[in-house]
Amino acid sequence: MSDRTTEGSAPSRGGLTEGLFGSGTPTFLTTKVDFVVNWARRNSLWPMPFGTACCAIEMMASAASNQDLARFGMERMAFSPRQADVLICAGRVPYKLAPVLRRVWDQMPQPKWAVSMGACASSGGVFDVYSMVQGIDTIIPVDVYVPGCPPRPEALIYGLMMIQEKIRGETLARHAENRSETPESAGVPNAGSEEVRALSGPFGNSTFQNRASGLVHGTPQDRPGDRIP
Amino acid sequence: MTQALRSDLGSVPGHPSVAALRERFGSAVLRHEVVAGDEHVVYVDASRIVELLTWLKDELSQGFNFLSDVTAVDYGGGRPIQVVYQLYSIPHRRALRVKVELPLTNLRIDSVTRLWGTADWLEREVYDMFGVHFEGHPDLRRILMPENYAEGHPLRKDFPLRGRFSRAEQTRRALSHDPEDYYTPLELELGGVPQAVPWKETGGGAVPRASAREASDDGSEARRESHEGGAD
Repeated sequence: MSDRTTEGSAPSRGGLTEGLFGSGTPTFLTTKVDFVVNWARRNSLWPMPFGTACCAIEMMASAASNQDLARFGMERMAFSPRQADVLICAGRVPYKLAPVLRRVWDQMPQPKWAVSMGACASSGGVFDVYSMVQGIDTIIPVDVYVPGCPPRPEALIYGLMMIQEKIRGETLARHAENRSETPESAGVPNAGSEEVRALSGPFGNSTFQNRASGLVHGTPQDRPGDRIP
Repeated sequence: MTQALRSDLGSVPGHPSVAALRERFGSAVLRHEVVAGDEHVVYVDASRIVELLTWLKDELSQGFNFLSDVTAVDYGGGRPIQVVYQLYSIPHRRALRVKVELPLTNLRIDSVTRLWGTADWLEREVYDMFGVHFEGHPDLRRILMPENYAEGHPLRKDFPLRGRFSRAEQTRRALSHDPEDYYTPLELELGGVPQAVPWKETGGGAVPRASAREASDDGSEARRESHEGGAD
Protein backbone atom coordinates (compact mmCIF):
# COMPACT_ATOMS: atom_id res chain seq x y z
CA MET A 1 0.00 0.00 0.00
CA SER A 2 0.94 3.62 -0.08
CA ASP A 3 2.32 3.68 3.44
CA ARG A 4 5.23 1.45 2.49
CA THR A 5 6.29 3.67 -0.43
CA THR A 6 6.01 6.85 1.59
CA GLU A 7 8.05 5.35 4.38
CA GLY A 8 10.70 4.20 1.93
CA SER A 9 11.08 7.59 0.24
CA ALA A 10 10.98 9.62 3.42
CA PRO A 11 14.63 9.60 4.57
CA SER A 12 16.04 10.80 1.22
CA ARG A 13 14.20 14.10 1.11
CA GLY A 14 15.95 15.85 3.96
CA GLY A 15 14.13 18.61 5.78
CA LEU A 16 10.91 18.44 3.84
CA THR A 17 10.13 14.92 5.08
CA GLU A 18 10.31 15.99 8.70
CA GLY A 19 6.93 17.57 8.37
CA LEU A 20 5.61 15.08 5.88
CA PHE A 21 5.94 11.61 7.33
CA GLY A 22 8.44 12.07 10.07
CA SER A 23 7.85 13.20 13.60
CA GLY A 24 6.86 16.77 12.81
CA THR A 25 3.49 18.43 12.89
CA PRO A 26 0.91 17.33 10.31
CA THR A 27 0.87 19.38 7.12
CA PHE A 28 -1.77 19.90 4.47
CA LEU A 29 -0.33 17.06 2.38
CA THR A 30 -0.16 14.48 5.16
CA THR A 31 -3.65 15.18 6.41
CA LYS A 32 -5.06 14.84 2.91
CA VAL A 33 -3.13 11.60 2.34
CA ASP A 34 -4.31 10.39 5.72
CA PHE A 35 -7.87 11.19 4.82
CA VAL A 36 -7.75 9.32 1.52
CA VAL A 37 -5.90 6.32 2.90
CA ASN A 38 -8.15 6.03 5.92
CA TRP A 39 -11.24 6.45 3.79
CA ALA A 40 -10.08 3.60 1.58
CA ARG A 41 -9.12 1.36 4.45
CA ARG A 42 -12.17 1.76 6.59
CA ASN A 43 -14.61 1.22 3.77
CA SER A 44 -13.13 -2.01 2.52
CA LEU A 45 -12.45 -3.99 5.66
CA TRP A 46 -12.43 -7.66 4.83
CA PRO A 47 -13.02 -9.85 7.86
CA MET A 48 -11.24 -13.10 8.49
CA PRO A 49 -13.74 -15.22 10.43
CA PHE A 50 -12.16 -17.30 13.14
CA GLY A 51 -15.33 -18.91 14.41
CA THR A 52 -14.96 -21.59 17.06
CA ALA A 53 -18.31 -21.69 18.84
CA CYS A 54 -21.83 -20.30 19.03
CA CYS A 55 -20.62 -16.73 18.44
CA ALA A 56 -19.79 -17.84 14.90
CA ILE A 57 -23.50 -18.44 14.31
CA GLU A 58 -24.20 -14.80 15.14
CA MET A 59 -21.26 -13.77 12.99
CA MET A 60 -22.78 -15.68 10.08
CA ALA A 61 -26.11 -14.01 10.80
CA SER A 62 -24.38 -10.63 10.62
CA ALA A 63 -23.02 -11.46 7.20
CA ALA A 64 -26.31 -12.84 5.93
CA SER A 65 -28.83 -10.82 4.01
CA ASN A 66 -30.92 -9.65 6.97
CA GLN A 67 -28.11 -7.75 8.70
CA ASP A 68 -25.84 -7.53 5.66
CA LEU A 69 -22.38 -6.69 6.87
CA ALA A 70 -21.44 -5.79 3.30
CA ARG A 71 -23.24 -2.47 3.72
CA PHE A 72 -20.31 -1.25 5.78
CA GLY A 73 -17.58 -2.38 3.45
CA MET A 74 -17.04 -5.86 4.85
CA GLU A 75 -17.82 -6.99 1.37
CA ARG A 76 -16.55 -10.49 1.60
CA MET A 77 -15.56 -12.87 4.35
CA ALA A 78 -11.94 -13.64 3.48
CA PHE A 79 -11.40 -17.25 4.44
CA SER A 80 -7.71 -16.82 3.76
CA PRO A 81 -5.87 -14.70 6.32
CA ARG A 82 -3.62 -13.37 3.58
CA GLN A 83 -6.48 -11.41 2.04
CA ALA A 84 -8.00 -10.15 5.26
CA ASP A 85 -7.91 -6.93 7.27
CA VAL A 86 -9.93 -7.75 10.38
CA LEU A 87 -9.66 -10.91 12.41
CA ILE A 88 -12.98 -11.70 14.08
CA CYS A 89 -12.34 -14.27 16.78
CA ALA A 90 -15.81 -15.57 17.57
CA GLY A 91 -15.93 -18.16 20.30
CA ARG A 92 -13.85 -19.86 22.92
CA VAL A 93 -10.22 -20.66 22.23
CA PRO A 94 -8.59 -23.60 23.99
CA TYR A 95 -4.86 -23.64 24.57
CA LYS A 96 -4.47 -26.21 21.85
CA LEU A 97 -5.87 -23.70 19.36
CA ALA A 98 -3.75 -20.80 20.62
CA PRO A 99 -0.78 -21.40 18.27
CA VAL A 100 -3.21 -21.71 15.36
CA LEU A 101 -4.84 -18.38 16.18
CA ARG A 102 -1.41 -16.80 16.55
CA ARG A 103 -0.33 -18.15 13.16
CA VAL A 104 -3.49 -16.92 11.46
CA TRP A 105 -2.84 -13.49 12.93
CA ASP A 106 0.80 -13.56 11.82
CA GLN A 107 -0.24 -14.48 8.29
CA MET A 108 -2.45 -11.42 7.92
CA PRO A 109 -0.72 -8.51 6.17
CA GLN A 110 -0.51 -5.11 7.82
CA PRO A 111 -2.53 -3.05 8.41
CA LYS A 112 -4.72 -5.39 10.40
CA TRP A 113 -7.15 -5.22 13.28
CA ALA A 114 -8.65 -7.79 15.63
CA VAL A 115 -12.13 -8.10 17.08
CA SER A 116 -12.69 -10.30 20.09
CA MET A 117 -16.32 -11.36 19.81
CA GLY A 118 -18.18 -12.59 22.83
CA ALA A 119 -17.43 -13.27 26.46
CA CYS A 120 -15.30 -16.38 25.90
CA ALA A 121 -12.93 -14.80 23.42
CA SER A 122 -12.64 -11.64 25.50
CA SER A 123 -12.14 -13.14 28.94
CA GLY A 124 -12.59 -16.89 28.87
CA GLY A 125 -16.22 -16.43 29.91
CA VAL A 126 -17.58 -19.24 32.03
CA PHE A 127 -14.76 -21.50 30.89
CA ASP A 128 -12.41 -20.66 33.73
CA VAL A 129 -10.77 -24.06 33.46
CA TYR A 130 -7.48 -25.77 32.72
CA SER A 131 -7.93 -25.98 28.97
CA MET A 132 -9.15 -22.55 27.94
CA VAL A 133 -7.32 -19.37 26.96
CA GLN A 134 -8.50 -16.62 29.32
CA GLY A 135 -8.98 -13.90 26.74
CA ILE A 136 -7.37 -13.89 23.32
CA ASP A 137 -5.60 -10.65 24.16
CA THR A 138 -3.00 -12.87 25.76
CA ILE A 139 -2.35 -14.35 22.31
CA ILE A 140 -2.87 -11.48 19.86
CA PRO A 141 -3.41 -7.72 20.23
CA VAL A 142 -7.13 -6.93 20.23
CA ASP A 143 -8.66 -3.65 19.08
CA VAL A 144 -12.34 -4.10 19.91
CA TYR A 145 -14.03 -6.34 22.45
CA VAL A 146 -17.67 -7.12 21.72
CA PRO A 147 -19.46 -8.24 24.89
CA GLY A 148 -22.32 -10.69 24.90
CA CYS A 149 -22.99 -14.38 25.09
CA PRO A 150 -23.28 -14.42 22.16
CA PRO A 151 -23.50 -10.80 21.00
CA ARG A 152 -26.33 -9.91 18.66
CA PRO A 153 -25.39 -9.11 15.06
CA GLU A 154 -25.98 -5.44 15.77
CA ALA A 155 -23.31 -5.60 18.46
CA LEU A 156 -20.79 -7.12 16.10
CA ILE A 157 -21.59 -4.55 13.44
CA TYR A 158 -21.21 -1.82 16.05
CA GLY A 159 -17.84 -3.26 17.01
CA LEU A 160 -16.71 -3.23 13.42
CA MET A 161 -17.90 0.35 13.10
CA MET A 162 -15.77 1.16 16.14
CA ILE A 163 -12.83 -0.16 14.17
CA GLN A 164 -13.83 2.16 11.34
CA GLU A 165 -13.84 5.00 13.83
CA LYS A 166 -10.42 3.95 15.02
CA ILE A 167 -9.09 3.97 11.47
CA ARG A 168 -10.57 7.42 10.94
CA GLY A 169 -8.31 8.77 13.65
CA GLU A 170 -5.12 7.12 12.45
CA THR A 171 -2.33 9.01 10.77
CA LEU A 172 0.49 7.79 8.61
CA ALA A 173 2.92 9.85 10.63
CA ARG A 174 2.43 7.39 13.45
CA HIS A 175 2.17 4.35 11.23
CA ALA A 176 5.12 2.45 12.65
CA GLU A 177 3.96 3.18 16.17
CA ASN A 178 0.40 2.06 15.53
CA ARG A 179 1.38 -1.08 13.73
CA SER A 180 4.30 -2.16 15.86
CA GLU A 181 4.00 -5.46 17.63
CA THR A 182 6.93 -6.48 19.72
CA PRO A 183 7.54 -10.15 20.43
CA GLU A 184 7.70 -9.30 24.14
CA SER A 185 4.05 -8.31 24.12
CA ALA A 186 2.91 -11.82 23.24
CA GLY A 187 1.19 -13.47 26.15
CA VAL A 188 0.81 -10.20 28.04
CA PRO A 189 -2.50 -8.34 28.10
CA ASN A 190 -2.65 -4.96 26.41
CA ALA A 191 -3.83 -3.10 29.44
CA GLY A 192 -1.44 -2.60 32.30
CA SER A 193 -1.78 -4.82 35.33
CA GLU A 194 -2.87 -1.98 37.63
CA GLU A 195 -5.56 -0.94 35.20
CA VAL A 196 -6.82 -4.49 34.83
CA ARG A 197 -6.82 -4.96 38.57
CA ALA A 198 -8.81 -1.81 39.13
CA LEU A 199 -11.40 -2.73 36.52
CA SER A 200 -11.85 -6.31 37.59
CA GLY A 201 -12.77 -5.50 41.15
CA PRO A 202 -13.19 -8.36 43.58
CA PHE A 203 -13.95 -10.93 40.96
CA GLY A 204 -10.49 -11.41 39.55
CA ASN A 205 -10.10 -11.56 35.84
CA SER A 206 -8.84 -13.64 33.03
CA THR A 207 -5.15 -13.13 33.57
CA PHE A 208 -4.76 -12.28 37.21
CA GLN A 209 -6.65 -14.94 39.09
CA ASN A 210 -7.11 -13.92 42.68
CA ARG A 211 -9.96 -16.09 43.81
CA ALA A 212 -9.83 -19.62 45.07
CA SER A 213 -13.56 -20.09 45.25
CA GLY A 214 -16.16 -17.37 45.27
CA LEU A 215 -15.33 -13.85 46.26
CA VAL A 216 -12.14 -12.82 47.95
CA HIS A 217 -13.89 -10.29 50.17
CA GLY A 218 -17.54 -9.71 50.87
CA THR A 219 -17.81 -5.95 50.80
CA PRO A 220 -20.29 -4.49 48.33
CA GLN A 221 -18.85 -3.57 45.00
CA ASP A 222 -17.95 0.04 44.53
CA ARG A 223 -19.60 0.73 41.21
CA PRO A 224 -21.16 4.17 41.19
CA GLY A 225 -23.08 3.41 38.00
CA ASP A 226 -25.12 0.75 39.77
CA ARG A 227 -26.49 3.08 42.38
CA ILE A 228 -29.86 4.71 41.97
CA PRO A 229 -29.45 8.49 42.35
CA MET B 1 -47.83 -50.57 43.00
CA THR B 2 -45.91 -49.87 46.18
CA GLN B 3 -45.26 -53.52 46.68
CA ALA B 4 -44.04 -53.89 43.14
CA LEU B 5 -41.67 -50.98 43.64
CA ARG B 6 -40.38 -52.46 46.87
CA SER B 7 -39.75 -55.77 45.28
CA ASP B 8 -37.86 -53.99 42.49
CA LEU B 9 -35.67 -52.26 44.99
CA GLY B 10 -35.07 -55.40 46.97
CA SER B 11 -33.97 -57.70 44.19
CA VAL B 12 -31.90 -57.05 41.11
CA PRO B 13 -33.80 -57.96 37.97
CA GLY B 14 -31.95 -60.38 35.80
CA HIS B 15 -30.07 -59.73 32.60
CA PRO B 16 -29.52 -62.70 30.28
CA SER B 17 -25.99 -61.63 29.42
CA VAL B 18 -24.97 -61.24 33.05
CA ALA B 19 -26.30 -64.70 33.86
CA ALA B 20 -24.40 -66.13 30.92
CA LEU B 21 -21.25 -64.29 32.00
CA ARG B 22 -21.54 -65.69 35.52
CA GLU B 23 -21.97 -69.18 34.16
CA ARG B 24 -19.06 -68.91 31.81
CA PHE B 25 -16.49 -66.86 33.77
CA GLY B 26 -17.52 -67.53 37.35
CA SER B 27 -15.38 -65.57 39.77
CA ALA B 28 -14.23 -63.07 37.13
CA VAL B 29 -17.66 -61.45 37.43
CA LEU B 30 -17.39 -59.51 40.65
CA ARG B 31 -20.64 -57.58 41.06
CA HIS B 32 -23.85 -56.82 39.26
CA GLU B 33 -26.03 -53.83 39.88
CA VAL B 34 -28.87 -51.99 38.19
CA VAL B 35 -28.91 -48.22 38.00
CA ALA B 36 -31.48 -45.77 36.69
CA GLY B 37 -34.18 -48.39 36.51
CA ASP B 38 -32.97 -50.72 33.83
CA GLU B 39 -29.28 -50.12 33.14
CA HIS B 40 -27.26 -53.16 34.04
CA VAL B 41 -23.73 -52.69 35.26
CA VAL B 42 -21.41 -55.62 35.73
CA TYR B 43 -18.04 -55.29 37.47
CA VAL B 44 -15.44 -57.70 36.21
CA ASP B 45 -11.85 -58.69 36.86
CA ALA B 46 -9.41 -56.32 35.14
CA SER B 47 -6.95 -59.03 34.15
CA ARG B 48 -9.56 -60.93 32.11
CA ILE B 49 -11.25 -57.98 30.42
CA VAL B 50 -10.16 -58.78 26.86
CA GLU B 51 -11.09 -62.44 27.17
CA LEU B 52 -14.47 -61.50 28.56
CA LEU B 53 -15.28 -58.81 26.02
CA THR B 54 -14.12 -61.08 23.17
CA TRP B 55 -16.60 -63.67 24.33
CA LEU B 56 -19.38 -61.09 24.63
CA LYS B 57 -18.70 -59.92 21.11
CA ASP B 58 -18.17 -63.25 19.35
CA GLU B 59 -20.66 -65.48 21.14
CA LEU B 60 -23.74 -65.71 18.91
CA SER B 61 -26.16 -65.68 21.82
CA GLN B 62 -24.71 -62.35 23.03
CA GLY B 63 -23.53 -60.51 19.93
CA PHE B 64 -22.35 -57.25 21.55
CA ASN B 65 -20.95 -56.01 18.29
CA PHE B 66 -21.24 -52.28 19.00
CA LEU B 67 -19.00 -50.48 21.47
CA SER B 68 -20.82 -47.23 22.26
CA ASP B 69 -18.26 -45.76 24.59
CA VAL B 70 -15.13 -46.32 26.58
CA THR B 71 -14.73 -43.87 29.40
CA ALA B 72 -13.62 -43.72 32.99
CA VAL B 73 -14.79 -42.34 36.32
CA ASP B 74 -12.72 -41.09 39.21
CA TYR B 75 -14.77 -40.96 42.40
CA GLY B 76 -11.96 -39.31 44.32
CA GLY B 77 -10.71 -39.96 47.81
CA GLY B 78 -8.12 -42.44 46.63
CA ARG B 79 -10.76 -44.83 45.42
CA PRO B 80 -9.94 -46.86 42.32
CA ILE B 81 -10.59 -45.41 38.90
CA GLN B 82 -13.35 -47.21 37.03
CA VAL B 83 -12.97 -47.87 33.32
CA VAL B 84 -16.38 -48.19 31.70
CA TYR B 85 -17.23 -50.13 28.54
CA GLN B 86 -20.70 -49.37 27.24
CA LEU B 87 -21.77 -52.20 24.95
CA TYR B 88 -24.78 -52.70 22.73
CA SER B 89 -25.91 -55.86 21.04
CA ILE B 90 -27.54 -54.88 17.78
CA PRO B 91 -28.89 -58.39 16.95
CA HIS B 92 -30.40 -58.89 20.42
CA ARG B 93 -31.18 -55.23 21.18
CA ARG B 94 -29.56 -55.36 24.57
CA ALA B 95 -27.29 -52.94 26.35
CA LEU B 96 -24.70 -53.81 28.97
CA ARG B 97 -22.23 -51.70 30.88
CA VAL B 98 -19.02 -53.45 31.87
CA LYS B 99 -16.90 -51.78 34.53
CA VAL B 100 -13.39 -52.47 35.68
CA GLU B 101 -11.80 -51.03 38.80
CA LEU B 102 -8.13 -50.06 38.63
CA PRO B 103 -6.16 -49.00 41.71
CA LEU B 104 -4.46 -45.61 41.38
CA THR B 105 -1.08 -47.26 41.85
CA ASN B 106 -1.48 -49.50 38.82
CA LEU B 107 -3.52 -47.87 36.08
CA ARG B 108 -2.92 -50.50 33.42
CA ILE B 109 -5.36 -52.53 31.41
CA ASP B 110 -5.31 -54.41 28.13
CA SER B 111 -6.54 -52.56 25.06
CA VAL B 112 -9.63 -53.71 23.19
CA THR B 113 -8.71 -52.01 19.93
CA ARG B 114 -8.41 -55.42 18.29
CA LEU B 115 -12.08 -56.07 19.00
CA TRP B 116 -13.57 -52.72 18.10
CA GLY B 117 -11.72 -50.19 15.96
CA THR B 118 -13.55 -47.35 17.66
CA ALA B 119 -11.76 -48.13 20.90
CA ASP B 120 -8.63 -46.53 19.43
CA TRP B 121 -9.62 -42.90 19.98
CA LEU B 122 -11.82 -43.65 23.00
CA GLU B 123 -8.92 -45.26 24.84
CA ARG B 124 -6.68 -42.39 23.84
CA GLU B 125 -9.17 -40.04 25.44
CA VAL B 126 -9.25 -42.08 28.65
CA TYR B 127 -5.45 -42.09 28.67
CA ASP B 128 -5.38 -38.33 28.10
CA MET B 129 -7.92 -37.45 30.76
CA PHE B 130 -7.23 -40.10 33.42
CA GLY B 131 -3.78 -41.51 32.70
CA VAL B 132 -4.94 -45.10 32.25
CA HIS B 133 -2.40 -47.00 30.16
CA PHE B 134 -3.91 -49.40 27.66
CA GLU B 135 -1.45 -52.20 26.96
CA GLY B 136 -1.24 -53.12 23.29
CA HIS B 137 -2.81 -49.91 22.02
CA PRO B 138 -1.25 -49.10 18.62
CA ASP B 139 -0.90 -45.36 19.19
CA LEU B 140 -1.40 -44.26 22.77
CA ARG B 141 -0.98 -40.50 22.56
CA ARG B 142 -2.89 -37.57 23.96
CA ILE B 143 -5.92 -36.79 21.85
CA LEU B 144 -7.58 -33.70 23.35
CA MET B 145 -4.82 -31.88 25.17
CA PRO B 146 -1.74 -30.57 23.31
CA GLU B 147 1.17 -32.97 22.97
CA ASN B 148 3.44 -30.82 25.12
CA TYR B 149 0.88 -30.67 27.94
CA ALA B 150 2.84 -31.38 31.11
CA GLU B 151 0.29 -30.82 33.86
CA GLY B 152 -0.98 -34.36 34.09
CA HIS B 153 -4.40 -35.79 33.47
CA PRO B 154 -7.14 -33.19 33.93
CA LEU B 155 -10.21 -35.25 34.81
CA ARG B 156 -8.60 -36.83 37.86
CA LYS B 157 -10.19 -35.63 41.07
CA ASP B 158 -6.84 -34.48 42.46
CA PHE B 159 -6.32 -32.14 39.48
CA PRO B 160 -6.86 -28.43 40.26
CA LEU B 161 -9.65 -26.85 38.24
CA ARG B 162 -7.48 -24.24 36.57
CA GLY B 163 -4.51 -26.51 35.98
CA ARG B 164 -1.23 -26.76 37.82
CA PHE B 165 0.66 -23.97 36.06
CA SER B 166 -0.12 -20.27 36.18
CA ARG B 167 -2.10 -18.79 33.32
CA ALA B 168 1.00 -17.03 32.02
CA GLU B 169 2.95 -20.27 31.91
CA GLN B 170 0.04 -22.08 30.27
CA THR B 171 -0.13 -19.41 27.58
CA ARG B 172 3.62 -19.53 27.05
CA ARG B 173 3.60 -23.31 26.69
CA ALA B 174 0.63 -23.18 24.34
CA LEU B 175 2.34 -20.65 22.07
CA SER B 176 5.55 -22.68 22.03
CA HIS B 177 3.58 -25.66 20.76
CA ASP B 178 3.86 -26.12 17.02
CA PRO B 179 1.19 -28.57 15.85
CA GLU B 180 3.24 -29.54 12.82
CA ASP B 181 5.93 -30.98 15.07
CA TYR B 182 3.51 -33.48 16.48
CA TYR B 183 0.88 -34.26 13.88
CA THR B 184 1.05 -35.45 10.31
CA PRO B 185 -0.42 -33.25 7.57
CA LEU B 186 -3.22 -35.77 7.27
CA GLU B 187 -4.08 -35.38 10.94
CA LEU B 188 -4.03 -31.61 10.59
CA GLU B 189 -6.36 -31.94 7.59
CA LEU B 190 -3.85 -30.19 5.39
CA GLY B 191 -4.13 -32.87 2.74
CA GLY B 192 -1.28 -35.06 1.55
CA VAL B 193 -0.93 -38.78 1.33
CA PRO B 194 -1.11 -41.11 4.32
CA GLN B 195 2.41 -41.77 5.46
CA ALA B 196 4.13 -43.73 8.13
CA VAL B 197 4.33 -41.84 11.39
CA PRO B 198 7.91 -41.92 12.72
CA TRP B 199 7.08 -42.52 16.35
CA LYS B 200 4.64 -45.28 15.51
CA GLU B 201 7.36 -47.34 13.85
CA THR B 202 9.70 -47.17 16.78
CA GLY B 203 6.98 -48.29 19.16
CA GLY B 204 8.48 -46.16 21.88
CA GLY B 205 5.35 -44.22 22.71
CA ALA B 206 4.82 -40.60 21.81
CA VAL B 207 8.25 -39.27 20.91
CA PRO B 208 7.80 -36.10 18.89
CA ARG B 209 10.24 -34.91 16.32
CA ALA B 210 12.93 -32.65 17.69
CA SER B 211 11.37 -29.26 18.14
CA ALA B 212 13.68 -26.35 17.48
CA ARG B 213 11.26 -24.05 19.28
CA GLU B 214 11.61 -25.92 22.56
CA ALA B 215 15.37 -25.48 22.45
CA SER B 216 15.20 -21.75 21.79
CA ASP B 217 12.69 -21.04 24.51
CA ASP B 218 15.21 -19.88 27.10
CA GLY B 219 14.92 -16.24 26.16
CA SER B 220 11.35 -16.00 27.36
CA GLU B 221 12.01 -17.40 30.82
CA ALA B 222 12.73 -14.02 32.35
CA ARG B 223 9.60 -12.49 30.88
CA ARG B 224 7.50 -15.31 32.25
CA GLU B 225 8.96 -14.89 35.70
CA SER B 226 8.23 -11.19 35.71
CA HIS B 227 4.66 -11.74 34.61
CA GLU B 228 3.90 -14.59 36.93
CA GLY B 229 3.77 -12.51 40.08
CA GLY B 230 0.11 -11.56 39.93
CA ALA B 231 -1.12 -14.66 38.20
CA ASP B 232 -3.26 -17.32 39.81
